[in-house]
Amino acid sequence: MKIHEYQAKELLAAAGATVPRGVVASSPAEVQQAFDRMGGPVVLKAQIHAGGRGKGRFPDSGQDWGGVKFVRSREESARVAEVMFKYSLATKQTGEAGQRVSKVLVQEAADIAREVYLGMVVDRAIGLPVLMASAEGGVEIEEVAARSPEKILKAPVDPDAGLRSFQARRLTYDLGFPPEQAAQAETLMRALCKVFLDKDCSLAEVNPVVATPKGEVLALDAKMTFDDSALFRHPDIEKLRDEAEENASELRATRSGLSFISLTGNIGCLVNGAGLAMSTMDIIKYHGGEPANFLDVGGGANKDQVTEAFRILLGDARVKTVLVNIFGGIMKCDTIAGAILAAFKEVGFHVPLVVRLEGTNVEQGRKMLAESGLNIATATGLTEAAKKVVAAAK
Amino acid sequence: MSILVDKNTRVLCQGMGKAGTFHAQQCRDYGTQIVGGVVPGKGGTTKEGFPLFNTVAEAVRKTGANATMVFVPPPGAADAIMEAADVGIAVIVAITEGIPVLDMARAMRFLKDRPCRLVGPNCPGVITPGQCKIGIMPGYIHKPGPVGVISRSGTLTYEAVWQLSGLGLGQSTCVGLGGDPIVGTSFIDLLQMFQADPKTEAILMMGEIGGKAEERAAEFIKQHVTKPVATFIAGQTAPPGKRMGHAGAIISGGSGTAKEKITALRAAGIVVADSPADLGVSVQRAMKGKS
Repeated sequence: MKIHEYQAKELLAAAGATVPRGVVASSPAEVQQAFDRMGGPVVLKAQIHAGGRGKGRFPDSGQDWGGVKFVRSREESARVAEVMFKYSLATKQTGEAGQRVSKVLVQEAADIAREVYLGMVVDRAIGLPVLMASAEGGVEIEEVAARSPEKILKAPVDPDAGLRSFQARRLTYDLGFPPEQAAQAETLMRALCKVFLDKDCSLAEVNPVVATPKGEVLALDAKMTFDDSALFRHPDIEKLRDEAEENASELRATRSGLSFISLTGNIGCLVNGAGLAMSTMDIIKYHGGEPANFLDVGGGANKDQVTEAFRILLGDARVKTVLVNIFGGIMKCDTIAGAILAAFKEVGFHVPLVVRLEGTNVEQGRKMLAESGLNIATATGLTEAAKKVVAAAK
Repeated sequence: MSILVDKNTRVLCQGMGKAGTFHAQQCRDYGTQIVGGVVPGKGGTTKEGFPLFNTVAEAVRKTGANATMVFVPPPGAADAIMEAADVGIAVIVAITEGIPVLDMARAMRFLKDRPCRLVGPNCPGVITPGQCKIGIMPGYIHKPGPVGVISRSGTLTYEAVWQLSGLGLGQSTCVGLGGDPIVGTSFIDLLQMFQADPKTEAILMMGEIGGKAEERAAEFIKQHVTKPVATFIAGQTAPPGKRMGHAGAIISGGSGTAKEKITALRAAGIVVADSPADLGVSVQRAMKGKS
């Protein structure tokens, strides 16, 4: 689950980090009020989950600036805010259509003497969270990783003990912070680690960490995503969810415990298991078709979930045919057959359906479909299933 | 022979809710020695003919169990894994999906110097066909034979086994590694075991996008595995994953794509199936020495 920059900053501040003074505004009028309160130049930062805001653009606005704009006057803040709230912001990560902005962070402008990068993720290879830092902050960190991986400093963090003082100290001095800024840098690192571990993040990034000419060390930007599997124990984090940022179908699917990703083709897929679902997409493409989605009903899917999955799939006008590929382990073939029949009655199948079943209770499942009298094409192998559904889509 | 589990393995089931009980029965029906269930508070009772115990320690004392299948729901699953490890259970098969990642980071540290092997979590389990099934896989598709199967997926593994059995290529042991970021057993761990197992003549490895486990396995195979190996990487046509932020790219050096994995595997002389319909035939190709 993703959250906005302003929310991530609030979490960091609560853990002891220093963040720039800022106010969240939901309208151009509120932006102006915030400007007045700040009493000086500010930066207007469009709050969307996607990155690349600064380099992005509001394509329909006729303006040549993006989602991060320095403003000096009340009048300028009003003008910029009008654009930010009115037009979609398109960045490298949003796609061409871009995204609407409903909140703008009005942040005190900071003088920047130096920028560094701080980020934390779980390193799968060592099975531990790791705090990463780089003296090259504010730039595309992927470039640094590709170009000069040795410039990325790493400290594996014990998930029970947290970031140890000597680790924070070592990173701070290796990053080139002078002694008079060390305590602040270490505090920021500790805050980042604390939020990561306490709130079960999957990613927590401050890019850039800024040292001002006056020697203040602050988190100029912040990005956090949370482990979906841990949200059950963080109702406070769950409350930060911004549904407007999420794809409606994907959100609907998540609510039902399904895993769904919208793609660009016309063959709807319903599969159990991520590996098999990816492979089903692979083989559809291999035989000349285009999947409309990735949908994993998972191992514990019940009749309601499967019915809901069909509703989501069949609710997409692009979908010309649906392939159900179920290999039953926990997922039982008679359950899926029952769900197909229920979905047919509730939603109404208006497109050809190809069903390939194998696994637990397969005979019962096949029997139910055969005796239903419905127009459902069946297949016994992957190749046959893929070929049938690709043909049905044409 | 086989690896990890055989007809002598004595298995507990931690968590006897609807799924746990159903699969404990299925495993028992397959011929696995399921010697009891662990449900705190229900010790001394029975369920579907399984004696229940309050703790893993008590269950081991009374049954001599040396393996466990964990169905405990996510909030308590990592703790259940550690409980089993603490008592010295040799093979812990964690089926549960949705365990918080940091819980697994903590559990793996706990397991580090203990004499146990964790498979999973979020995995379909381990099966030595004809002898022992610990997991949720449909037993009937498996046949005893010479192919060791390793996979990150659940249902894709069944697909592979279905194809292999159809070609008359039975399986020595099939192990599902699990789909989570932190898992107890790696490709390399199992490649080592299969290489040392006299009854395993060939290995089928199924990977997918994300991380670099397959690349590391390719390197290991080049240096240490003499038996024929075939692979498939799922997600070749998956779009770039939803961006989680720059930090993910740093860890993996910008890689984790199917293309890179396939390149590394082919460079190590490993047969890579192009289509998921060719999982079985690719093992045949590898065994015949073609590539």
